[in-house]
Amino acid sequence: MPLTGEATAVLVEILFYLFATLLVAGALGVITARNPVYSALFLVFAFINSAGIWLLAEAEFLAIVLVLVYVGAVMVLFLFVVMMLDINLAELRRGFTRFAWLGWLTALALIAEITTVVWTRGMAGVDLSKGFVPEPAGFSNTRALGQVIYTRYAYPFELAAVLLVVAIVAAIALTLRRRPGLKSQDISLQVAVRAEDRVRLVKVATEKRS
Amino acid sequence: MHTQISHLLALWGTLPGIIRTTVWILIITIVVILCVAFLTLWERKVIGWMQLRRGPNRVRIFGLLPGLGQPFADVVKLLTKEVVIPTRANRFLFRLAPMLALVPALAAWAVIPLSPELVVSKANAGLLYLLALSSMGVYGIILAGWAANSKYAFLGAMRSAAQMVAYEIAMGFALVGVLMAAGSMNLGTIVGRQQGGFLAWNWFWLFPLFVVYFISGVAETNRAPFDVAEGESEIVAGFHVEYSGIAFALFFLAEYANMILISALTAVFFFGGWLSPFAGYPLIGATFLGAPSFFWLGLKVFVFLFLFLWFRATFPRYRYDQIMRLGWKALIPVTLVWLGAEMLMAAMHVGPWAGSWFH
Repeated sequence: MPLTGEATAVLVEILFYLFATLLVAGALGVITARNPVYSALFLVFAFINSAGIWLLAEAEFLAIVLVLVYVGAVMVLFLFVVMMLDINLAELRRGFTRFAWLGWLTALALIAEITTVVWTRGMAGVDLSKGFVPEPAGFSNTRALGQVIYTRYAYPFELAAVLLVVAIVAAIALTLRRRPGLKSQDISLQVAVRAEDRVRLVKVATEKRS
Repeated sequence: MHTQISHLLALWGTLPGIIRTTVWILIITIVVILCVAFLTLWERKVIGWMQLRRGPNRVRIFGLLPGLGQPFADVVKLLTKEVVIPTRANRFLFRLAPMLALVPALAAWAVIPLSPELVVSKANAGLLYLLALSSMGVYGIILAGWAANSKYAFLGAMRSAAQMVAYEIAMGFALVGVLMAAGSMNLGTIVGRQQGGFLAWNWFWLFPLFVVYFISGVAETNRAPFDVAEGESEIVAGFHVEYSGIAFALFFLAEYANMILISALTAVFFFGGWLSPFAGYPLIGATFLGAPSFFWLGLKVFVFLFLFLWFRATFPRYRYDQIMRLGWKALIPVTLVWLGAEMLMAAMHVGPWAGSWFH
């Protein structure tokens, strides 16, 4: 006995508000937590909740990729760094009032951007008062995304890829340094080693006991 | 008797979908946990035999087979031990970490097709879901290492995190190859595409990817020879040094559940899941041996689990820099080269690409 359409809509609505509340709470946690490790974990929590909202919008590809990339890789590396650094919290908080205007400016810019998107969408005839429109059965989100990425948005997509490669090369170039006199192992030599190279069997003539 | 069963089945059919799914989830979880229990026993037995010992042979159940009751004796022992929380440990995260380690290992079973009919969720993005979940397992380990407020635990956690992030990339690339062969991220479809006997399975055309995937799987589960995260000779027991009793048992459970999961996934992605190796063969293909069933999946999972145990009994532990070198400089280039080869094969319509789906 599957759920009726009405019941599903109510369930989706409840889940949406649940995820949204948790998302906002998590985001507040990121900026209010005293311990940077907690901040990073709150951010992970926020990511997972926004992935939940995307799942409700039937954007399962984006939702899972968000978890895979940000939760599974980026935040792990963040935690890595945050846990290893000995952060002086008093030092960090000193600049707070001085740079507060920058934070406010960023927040305002973001709010302006979101309003513009919502506004232009409303102008384009998208009814924003309703929830997500369910896709027909058998609709593949991933296929649809692939179709536009590799056709209509092929150039921006490739540009982003090139940008990432440049970033990788730059990161490696910045950290790669050759220190003189550094001793390191040549692994290919280690792998290619044979017993004859390391062990020398010698025959020692026995001496007569005097 | 027969009417009673059909009556029960009819009743089962009338239950709401949400309850039926919940029951299936419970059944699968319990079966996985039981498998973990007997896997620990099997491991100790197999390694014992390989080292000319007997392995556990004291605790019996109902007088059957010496050693069969060992897992249950272990569970009772661990349950009754005290869970010590170190002073100045982060109590909340310390308690949360074992759960975070276990949940992804069990949640992944939702999309694994156990037989042609039996799968909890036929999610279209099943493969991505698995990748996302396996990448979340690392949180349990790094949080355990950090929250315990111990240098050994922290070192173990750092090693483990670096290793898992490195091997995840090779694993992901190997799965891209599977994705290209199947043209779908649905695990049921991936199995279905491999129809046609032993040589039609993905391992034949994607052999290098299969090897890379399995090696990365061993590394992802922190099993020997990739178990520097535990490295008892250097850092005592790595990330779970400070855990005792049932909290330690949860990490243990997660590790073994992950082993079963990786074995099942290798079977699904490269060895045709529930398909029979004799399907389509003359004579034998027409009998029950040629029919797809859960039996074949179980057999394949068993073989891969045996490989895990065999590796542990055979290989000495890798050095940390060797692990990183193997992951970044050997496995990832192999996958990239083979993906190129696969593109060529697809363009020339060889092997699994002989069909018309790929243009």
